[in-house]
Amino acid sequence: MTSEKAIISAKHVVKTFDAVKAVRDITFEVKKGEIFAFLGPNGAGKSTTIKMLTTMLKPTSGQLRLAGHDVTKERDSARKAFGIVFQDPSLDEELTAYENMELHASLYGVPKAKRAKRIENLMELVELWNRRNSLIKTFSGGMRRRLEIARGLLHEPKVLFLDEPTLGLDTQTRNLMWDYVQKLSHEKGMTIFFTTHYLDEAEDVAERIAIIDKGSIIAIGTTTELCRLTKTTTLEEAYLQLTGRALRDESEAGNNNALNAKMALRNRRLR
Amino acid sequence: MDLFTILWLRQMRRYVRSGSRLLGSLGQPILLLLALGYGIGAIYRRAGEGNYLEFLVPGIITQTVLLSAIFWGIIILQDKRFGFLAELLVAPVKRIQVLFGSACGGATISIIQGCMVFTISIIFGFRPHNWVLVPVAFAVLIFMSVALTCFGAGIASMVDDFQGFQGINNLLVMPLFFLSSALYPLNNIPTFLKIISECNPVTYMVDALRYLLSGPSQTHFGIAKDLIIMAITFLVTLSFAVNRFNHIQM
Repeated sequence: MTSEKAIISAKHVVKTFDAVKAVRDITFEVKKGEIFAFLGPNGAGKSTTIKMLTTMLKPTSGQLRLAGHDVTKERDSARKAFGIVFQDPSLDEELTAYENMELHASLYGVPKAKRAKRIENLMELVELWNRRNSLIKTFSGGMRRRLEIARGLLHEPKVLFLDEPTLGLDTQTRNLMWDYVQKLSHEKGMTIFFTTHYLDEAEDVAERIAIIDKGSIIAIGTTTELCRLTKTTTLEEAYLQLTGRALRDESEAGNNNALNAKMALRNRRLR
Repeated sequence: MDLFTILWLRQMRRYVRSGSRLLGSLGQPILLLLALGYGIGAIYRRAGEGNYLEFLVPGIITQTVLLSAIFWGIIILQDKRFGFLAELLVAPVKRIQVLFGSACGGATISIIQGCMVFTISIIFGFRPHNWVLVPVAFAVLIFMSVALTCFGAGIASMVDDFQGFQGINNLLVMPLFFLSSALYPLNNIPTFLKIISECNPVTYMVDALRYLLSGPSQTHFGIAKDLIIMAITFLVTLSFAVNRFNHIQM
C-alpha cells in the first residue's frame, strides 16, 4: 500500500531498452515535503528514472504515482503537478528571460490574472528581475540555471525535479541555488527530488538519499543510516562502499547477477 | 495570451531578431531573378517563348516559400538539440497544439518572404497579368506555405543533427525545386524529365501561381488540377508532420 504521505511512489518499475535493462524492478517512496536525493554512478539508471517520473518515458512495467496521479495514465494531471529543471539547458536563447517565463505560464495554463505578478515575484527571488528584458544568449550558465528554477516553480508544482542542477556552476551559485531550494521546500512544503554527482551537496541538503546502481536501488535512508549500514563516517565513503570504486564503463555485464543478489540483501536489511 | 498566440509570437520574435536570416533568405531569390531573369531571359525571348520574367517569378516565389519552410524546420531541430523542446513536450498540452502554433508561425514567415520576393520582382519589372487575381494568388501562397511548413516540420522531427538536415536539403529540397516547372516550361522537355516534374507536387504550386500571376496562357495543367493536387499534398504533409512530431523521443 502507498502510504498517505507519499507524494511519489514507484512500485516494481522496470525499463528495458531493446535487450538492455536500464531500470530493474525499483520500488521506493518520497514523502510530501521531503528533499530527496537520487545518487548513482554514470549509467546507473538515474536519468531513466527521472524521465519515467516526469512522463518523458513510459516504464516497461510497474506503477508510478505522483501527487495522486498515475504517471502513465493521467499524464497531463501529473505534468501539472511537477516542475523540472533538466540536466541540459532548456531555455529559448533567442527570447528574453521574461518571454521564456511567459511562454511557460501559457504552457501550464497559469491564470492570466496571476501571471505577471507571479513572474515578477519569482524573478525577484532568483535576482533576475532587472535582467528580464535581456536575451538568454547574453546570460551566464548560473543565471540560466536560476531562471530555469524560477520557471520550474511558475505553475506552483507540488514536486520539483532537479536533474544534476548544479553541474558546471561555481560554488557561490551552487550555495545560492540550494538556499532557494531549501527555503522553498520549508516555506511551501514543496517536495524536491534531485540527482547529483556532488555527494557533499546530497549530504548537506537531502533529508533522505537513495542510491541506485546498475538499475537497482541498493540503499535508501538518511546519511546517518547509510553510514551506519556501511560502517563508514561520511556519505562519500558509504557511497563508494556500496557502489564500488571501479569505473562504470569498465564493469562487465556478467557481474550484474552477483551484484543484484548483494543489493537485494542490503535492501532487505534497510527496510 | 493563449498558447497558440504565444507559440506563434515566439517564431515571429525569433525571425525579426535574426536580421542576418532575413537578409540571407532574400539573397538567393534576388540572385536567381538577376541571373536567370535577365541572363537567360534574353535567350528565352529569342527562342520565341516571350517574357521569361513573367514565367519565372511564380517559380522564384515558390522556391522562396519552399526554402523558408524547410529552413524553418531547423528551429525544431535546434529546439531538439539545444533542449527547449523538452520544455515544450513535458508541458501539460497536446503535442499537436505545440506543432500547430509553431508551424503557423513558420508558415507566416514563409508568407512574408514570398510577399517580399513578389515586391522585389515588381521592382525588377514584373507585372501581374491581372491585379484582381493577386489576392487569390496570396491565398494560394498561404495554402502552399502551410503545406510546405508541415513538410519541413516532419523532416526536422525525423533527423537528429544538422548534417543530416543538410543532407536532406541536398537530396530532397533542391530536386523538388529544380525538377519542378519553376525554371523551364514542361512542353518541350524530354519525357523522363516531364514524368518526374509531373510527379513533383511543387510543379503544381508553381503552376497555380503562374495561372494567377502571369495569366492562364502560362499555365500547363489548369488551375483546377493544380488546386486539387495542392489539397492532396497539404493533407499528406500535414499527416506526415503530426505523425513524425508525435514520435519525437526525448
